[in-house]
Parts: sequence; C-alpha cells; structure tokens
Amino acid sequence: MERDKNFILGIFDDEDILKNAVREVRAAGIKIHEVFSPYPVHGLEDELGYKKSRLPVAAFLFGLLGTTLALTMQFYMMKFDWPMIIGGKDHAAFPDFIPVTFELTVLVAAFGMVGVFMISSNLKPWGQPKIFDLRSTDDKHVMAIDIANNAAVDLEIIKGALKNSGASEVNSKSFD
Amino acid sequence: MQVTSPVRDPLITGGKTYKDVTNDIARHVEGKPTKSWLIGLAVSLTVLLIGSLALVATLWEGIGMWGLNKTVGWAWDITNFVWWVGIGHAGTLISAVLLLFRQKWRTSINRAAEAMTIFAVICAAIFPLIHMGRPWIGAIWALPLPNTYGSLWVNFNSPLLWDVFAISTYFSVSLVFWYIGLIPDFATIRDRATGIRNTIYGALSFGWDGGAKTWMRYESVSLILAGLATPLVLSVHTIVSFDFATSVIPGWHTTIFPPYFVAGAIFSGFAMVLSLMIVTRKVFKLEDYITMGHIELMNIVIIVTGSIVGIAYITEFFIAWYSGVEAEQYAFINRMFGPYWWAYWSMMTCNVISPQLFWFKKIRTSIVATFILSIVVNIGMWFERFVIIVTSLHRDYLPSSWVMFYPTITDVGIYLFTFGFFFTCFLLFAKFFPVINMAEIKAVLKSSSEKTTK
Repeated sequence: MERDKNFILGIFDDEDILKNAVREVRAAGIKIHEVFSPYPVHGLEDELGYKKSRLPVAAFLFGLLGTTLALTMQFYMMKFDWPMIIGGKDHAAFPDFIPVTFELTVLVAAFGMVGVFMISSNLKPWGQPKIFDLRSTDDKHVMAIDIANNAAVDLEIIKGALKNSGASEVNSKSFD
Repeated sequence: MQVTSPVRDPLITGGKTYKDVTNDIARHVEGKPTKSWLIGLAVSLTVLLIGSLALVATLWEGIGMWGLNKTVGWAWDITNFVWWVGIGHAGTLISAVLLLFRQKWRTSINRAAEAMTIFAVICAAIFPLIHMGRPWIGAIWALPLPNTYGSLWVNFNSPLLWDVFAISTYFSVSLVFWYIGLIPDFATIRDRATGIRNTIYGALSFGWDGGAKTWMRYESVSLILAGLATPLVLSVHTIVSFDFATSVIPGWHTTIFPPYFVAGAIFSGFAMVLSLMIVTRKVFKLEDYITMGHIELMNIVIIVTGSIVGIAYITEFFIAWYSGVEAEQYAFINRMFGPYWWAYWSMMTCNVISPQLFWFKKIRTSIVATFILSIVVNIGMWFERFVIIVTSLHRDYLPSSWVMFYPTITDVGIYLFTFGFFFTCFLLFAKFFPVINMAEIKAVLKSSSEKTTK
C-alpha cells in the first residue's frame, strides 16, 4: 500500500538538527532526494555531498567575453572604421576605453551568470515546482526521500532513521 | 541549543520565530491597503501628475522652457541628475559591500534600499535624457548603433558616453541583484496564497522550490554579484564625477572629484534610506526588524562619509589657493562670497556641521533627530551639486558673459515629477513586495534572536 507513495518526508524544525540528520540518514545507506529549506543553510550542501557550484567559472568566462567584446568594439569603431582625431591624441586611446570596458565586463558577467543560474536551477516564470510541503518556504526544513531510489531499504527503517535523527514529523507524499 | 552572543545585541528583537518573520512581513502584502498607504499614494500620484505637466511642456516646447542660458548650460537638470544618482548608491552599497564585509545587520534594510536605488536611478536617468532636447533621437545616438552617417560612431573618449554605460549597467545589474533576492520571498508568498495571488506570485517566484542545490547556487550567485557590484557602485559616481573633472572649467577641474563624489553619494544615499525606513518601520510596525541598532549603525556611516565630504570641501579650497591659478582661486572665492553665497553656506551647514551632531549618542539614537537630520543631509547634498555646477559656470572667463541662473517653474516641475515618480514606485513596492528579505532574516535569526521556534 505505502509503496504506491513516491516520497517519505522528514520535517525538521532546526537547521543544526537537520544537518546532523542528513549525516545520519546518509550513513544509514539511505539516498536523499533533496532537502528543501526556507533559507540557505550553510554547510548543508557539504553534508549532502554536493559538488561545489561552477557558477564562479561561468561568471569569469562571461566577464572575459565582455572584456573582449568591449575592447574589440571600441578599437574597431575608433581606430579602424572611422578614425577621428580627438584632442590631438592617438585614435586608439586605450586608457579612455577602460571605463566602458569595465562596465561591459560587469554587465556581461552578471547577466551571463544569472542566465546560467536560471537555466541550471530550472527557474522560469512558467515553472511549476514540485512542492513537497508548503511549510518548506515558511519555517520548516523538509527532507524528501524517494522510495523508488531506496528499493533495497525497508520503509520502516527509513522512517525510523528520520525519527531517530530528530524529525518532528514523518509524512509521505505522492505526485500523480 | 540556542547561541546568543553575550557581546552583541540581537539584530532582531521581540523573540521572533521563523513563523513570526513570515507572518510579520507577508502580512502587508496580503492585507488590504491601509488608509495611510492610500493617502500616501494619492499624494504621490498628485505630485506625479502636476510634475508631468512640466515634463510634457519640455518635450513639447523644448528645453528653452528651462532657466538655462548661454553661460549656464547645466543647472537644475544636472544637479538633479547627480543628486538622484547619488541617492541611488546606498542600496547596492548596503547589499553588496556590506555582504562582502559580512555585516549581518544589512539583511533588514537591503531589500528596501535596493528598491530605492532602482527608482532613484530611473529618476536620475530622466534628466540627461530630456536634456538632449529630442530624447527619442538622442537615446539612439547615445548608443554605439550602426547609423546612416557612415556609420559615425559615438565618442568613446567622452566621459558623457562612459556615463551612459555606467548608469545603464548599474541600473540593470542592481535590478537583477534585487530580483534574485526577491525570488525566494515571492515563493513564500505563493505558498501562503490561493487563487489569483497564487498565480501572480507563482510566476514572479519563477518556480522556486528552495532545494538545497538551488540555495547553494543562489548563494554563489549572490556572492559573485556582490563582488561585481562593489567596484560597479564605486565606478558609477567616479564616472559621473569625470563629467566635471575632465573638463577645463575652474572649480570642476580637480582630481579629488572621484573619491569625493563617491563619499557624497554614500552619504546622501544613507540619509535617504534612513528617511524612508524610519517611516516604513513605523507604518508597517517593523520596529523589531529595523531596530535602533540599525539606525545607529547607519548614522555612523553618515558621520564617516559626511566627514570625508567635509575634508574634501576644505582640501578643494586649499588646493585652489595652493595651485596659484587665478581662475581657480576666483572660482572658490566666488562660491563662498559671490552671489550664490547662500547656496554655499547651506551646503556647508547641512553637510559638514549637521552630521557631526551624530557624535552624540543621544542624537544618533533619537528617531526624530535622525529623521530631521537625514532630510537636512539630502538638502545639503542637493546644494552641493548646485554649488559645484552653477557657481563654477555662471562667471565665465569673459566678464561680459557673466550671468545669474534662475530656475523656471518648468525646472521645478520636473524635479517634482521625479519626486512623485519615486514615491509612487516606493509605495507600490512597499505594498506588493516583501519590504524585508524574509529568507535572509531567517538565515541570521538563529545567531541573532532570542529564539527561533516556539
């Protein structure tokens, strides 16, 4: 009967109890689907064994792209396409190009990184998130365990592990 | 389990739990608009409508409607531009620089300060745009777009063009930074709502689920955006000051301008944040979130930046004398004792003397005194820009072209328009968006409140 349900949920009230619980549940050989929190819990990603985000790399590459675009654009326009003598100086007035280069670097880095973040986290205005428990955006942390992924583990063991590690409630949830 | 530091006062008072945080802040979004909010909106909209008459007059008749003349080509418009941009510096400073410095008290005020930044930058951008005379053409000419004149490109050697890039980058990056922070809070409101509000906030929340992986990426994005926005916020007013500093006008041609303008911008921005937050916390009963501690810390920032501005005024004056350049010396004597002496001394009183009152703990922990002084500071900062711009221009190199600048009713009207616009936007924000970042408050709650759960 209960095998029809997809997920077992452990509800936690406190971030430190949650972090311990994640460690204990994983040590018991249970795979965690995801933990949902109302706010960022520092250190939780390490307990869950997530790899460090590569968004900083994306930001750097986008920044490099911005710098290249800005310098190419300014040298092309001011030096090659229509050279003009301004203040008797060189057409390619490199120091004068720095402010715009800086601004475009920041602009492309910021927008590129945020774009990657939106895509990788599947954030879009028409996105319909799977909500396991409405309280997970309010005051509770929700640990979701996918039953299908833990076929080898007995349901009672999963529930017991959640209870013992400090969950205030243990529920189940299914999505049609 | 509870960790309370014996040294520091809690950031959030009143023993709030996570649930209380959600309730206290989401309540304003969900409830019916209050009477004071409706009155505020009606007043702002009226000011906006009256001011828009002046704006329409300018667009219809041209900038001949303003008090500018052959000698004074920049006056109210650019004063207002620099003033609004300066105000727009506090938001990103609070959210980015204080994030990098790990100042947890920023969480209570960053959302509203960033909103203020965005609206202030829009107000600022209006002035150079309409000063172009035909903004519908000028807005295109200001960008490096291919055109039928060659293409004849924009001049990348000009600080005015750098400004186009600086302001638009600053605006769009601040907007993105602000919105990323709003997404988790929109999700909280979505999960409390039903019907149409659920649909609207569902779309605004971009399908946020609060998973640990998403939070990890969110934290990474916030930190890098802060890292990018920190030099950005310093660059914007630096570039605005280049508009003056790279010219050869006595009184403008100074290398001190970039740091002096940035300090002035933070100074006026914090003053505006204080004016707005003192009213908001009272009207929305958020005294437990924006505490006296927050107000005092902001007042300390005002003392620091106000003192930097004061030193900059004196340095400028000293260098004018020390340079031995007669025109430079005259420009400064004229500021102090010329026909605009009252503007100069208003600036000195409001910006240099009044913030020094915050050295007294009684004054910097008094709501009334803080509110009054925050407005005084912004009056002073408006005069600072007026003094720099108008007094440097009105006595030209040729005494035959010496004139006075008098604003017209249209000048005043457009300034009013920006006020109406600013307050209308801020009121709409305060009603329909969570004014305090709930997720970030919850994240610091455990280390800074008496308890977190019932």
